[in-house]
Amino acid sequence: MQTGTKISLAGHGLLLSWVAFGAWFPSEPLPFEVQEVSLISAEEFERLSQTRQAPQVAPEASTLQPPQESAAPEVSLPPQQRPEPEPPTPEPLSPPVPDPVVAETPEQPPEPAEPEVPDTAPGVPEPPETTALVAPQPEVQQQRPVDRVAPVPVAPPEPDTAVDEIEQPEVSPDVGAETEQEVQEATAPEAASDRIVTEENESDEQTVTAPEQSLRPRGRPIRRAAAPEPEPEAASTPVETEDTQPQVDPSAVEDALAAALSGGADVEAPVPSGPPLTSGEKDALRVAVSQCWNVGSLSTEALKTTVVVGVSLAQDGKPDSGSIRMLSSTGGSATAAKQAYEAARRAIIRCGSRGFQLPPEKYAQWRDIEMTFNPERMRIK
Amino acid sequence: MKTYLARLALIGLTFCGAVLALNGSALAQNGPLRIEIDQGVIEPLPYAVPDFIPDDPAAREYAAQIARVVAADLSGTGLFREVPASAHISKVAAFDDAVKFADWKAVNAQALITGAVSVKGKRLTVRFRAYDVFSEGELGGGLQFSGTTDGWRRMAHKVADAVYSRITGEGGYFDSRVVFVSETGPKNDRRKRLAIMDYDGANVQYLTNSDAIVLAPRFSPTGDRVLYTSYETGFPQIHVLDVGKVQRRILSADDGIMSFAPRFAPDGRTVVYSQSQGGNTDIYTMDIASGKRTRLTNAPSIETAPSYSPDGSQIVFESDRSGAPQLYVMPAAGGAARRISFGTGRYGTPVWSPRGDLIAFTKQSKGRFHIGVMRTDGSEERLLTASFLDEGPTWSPNGRVIMFTRETQGASGRALLYSVDITGRNLKPVRTPDGASDPAWSPLQN
Repeated sequence: MQTGTKISLAGHGLLLSWVAFGAWFPSEPLPFEVQEVSLISAEEFERLSQTRQAPQVAPEASTLQPPQESAAPEVSLPPQQRPEPEPPTPEPLSPPVPDPVVAETPEQPPEPAEPEVPDTAPGVPEPPETTALVAPQPEVQQQRPVDRVAPVPVAPPEPDTAVDEIEQPEVSPDVGAETEQEVQEATAPEAASDRIVTEENESDEQTVTAPEQSLRPRGRPIRRAAAPEPEPEAASTPVETEDTQPQVDPSAVEDALAAALSGGADVEAPVPSGPPLTSGEKDALRVAVSQCWNVGSLSTEALKTTVVVGVSLAQDGKPDSGSIRMLSSTGGSATAAKQAYEAARRAIIRCGSRGFQLPPEKYAQWRDIEMTFNPERMRIK
Repeated sequence: MKTYLARLALIGLTFCGAVLALNGSALAQNGPLRIEIDQGVIEPLPYAVPDFIPDDPAAREYAAQIARVVAADLSGTGLFREVPASAHISKVAAFDDAVKFADWKAVNAQALITGAVSVKGKRLTVRFRAYDVFSEGELGGGLQFSGTTDGWRRMAHKVADAVYSRITGEGGYFDSRVVFVSETGPKNDRRKRLAIMDYDGANVQYLTNSDAIVLAPRFSPTGDRVLYTSYETGFPQIHVLDVGKVQRRILSADDGIMSFAPRFAPDGRTVVYSQSQGGNTDIYTMDIASGKRTRLTNAPSIETAPSYSPDGSQIVFESDRSGAPQLYVMPAAGGAARRISFGTGRYGTPVWSPRGDLIAFTKQSKGRFHIGVMRTDGSEERLLTASFLDEGPTWSPNGRVIMFTRETQGASGRALLYSVDITGRNLKPVRTPDGASDPAWSPLQN
């Protein structure tokens, strides 16, 4: 909390000072944002809507036909060609005949989705190295090509057409000479290749589909932590994994997990450092202990004594009775504190005899617990 | 305008960043998991008391009885609940045998008391141990009491006191006595005499006959003497009675002067009481040895029912100087009094707790009587009972329980003794052979 408060204070201080004195300093970066966004969004949305929502675009296509007469915007044609309604309109044009052909060809591109496999295949050897990272990438590939293709596109990478098919079957149009080629290049190759390459560089080892599947459950905690720190982990994880592995190996449970995740043994590091318990999980633990915290036999002085008790739990959620200890007490004499501590200890042992229901994957978070038993609300009223 | 909007946007982003930073810091967990538990349960603590083990045939009779008295003492507090013997899985064959904690855990006994009894002639010896079952450890060390066979109940009370103290952290009150006014006969012809008994109603003995009305007995700090008010001379006069010898004498013998509501000072050498003369009632002290009297109040109103604080530095009393009976506190040597009760109704018979933290009182409000407690400054007033007539509270030696008189309504109404925990729970009648009133709790016996 202290760090958060400091950040908040610093942020608010900066805000106030900026609001108060900001007018003295001209700020110009604003126009950049507005202009760029407008340009990018316009092109993207048009093409996106044309490609995926072709049937919906059809009615618009009729309105767009007049511009087709101008023939200049060919870009609109290929998407229109896909829907059947267009063939009647482009009657004057010879392309209608190729259109039905093209319509089939776009269907093929989805088949080229099979070629996607070969595409990924070349990429697979690289991602396998970081198995956990490989899984999320294919999902990202579909989105980014669409967003960034429009602004970035450049003619030169024409040979990438094959890659384009993976993401956009539209790319196939034969006639779409330059314009079509540009679209293909910008979308597929750059976005997909960028990330694949980066991950490949980070990864070194081979992987198989099996480890990827097994890694998915681990991927959840990793995604949160990995998102902000994808690269730094690459450097630090090897060290951490080596440290944690020897500690985890002794336990049978961890051995089983390690065996199941053989290829991803390095990923065990995030398990002990996983996300903290949710408030619901904490509440469940709090309720579980409170059910056995019987203050009915405490003296009135002990009912004014708050004790902090430390306890270590086994992986099955059962407390180690030997680890239960009073860390501190406030509000009462030593005798009262002792009685309050005894009641707290009984509560932990009794309700923990069957093991507290806690998420095993967060064991590192609840292995050591400090419970503050505050009888403020339990006092005589 | 754009600049203004941009600035607003930046403020929003900064705020969001600050919030995220706070969340991040809140979510971040350094060190062990920390949780606070502020809700628990208030229920009697389950315990088991197997019959004590007789070391010899002569002790067989006492072994089981002592265990039963211990159980009655503990369960009678309302803080403990005995696991019946029928539910016991394992039997304690020998006093020094290892305890099978798993068996006692299985029946949810959180405390276990084992003991042994031996009798040699008229000498009775009781040994016991108390265990925290779930911690699988002993509560304190083993303890042994010795006495005559006639005093087996006292030894049982002492065992219960020790167990109570080890579990709750405060002293017990089982090895104590109560002096009270035994009442027989109808309301219009009630016969009263002083009686004394164990706190649980056993071993009742009568200290006076029923020739004269007796009122308000009070134990001395050591429990060896009793002050009381008697109408033996026709006027209320203060008497002091030696409990051991059952010898009594008049402490104040002034014709035409009514003396009543006496109470010992903590030193046991001074008595504070009320004296009514000429229609005015004030508070006085008297040195028992010399008979010297000191007037503490001098007001036209009625001042009565004085009670010392445990340290002897202050006196709480009842006065109607404000128009209705209220509670006041003044220095033990007299002087300015400060009112501590301000609630609606009439307050009376205040008694300072042995702990010094609370004052018990009788309150009459809206046609009902209550026994209540408040802090010594009058704050946190809590009414523990409510009935047709509750009055005359007295504190247990440990300041945890209050005993008082409850009288039922009507011509056939009867006065009985009740006790209640200062939490307001465990309200129950105290067993007496006849009607009873004006209880006074003794300190723990030696």
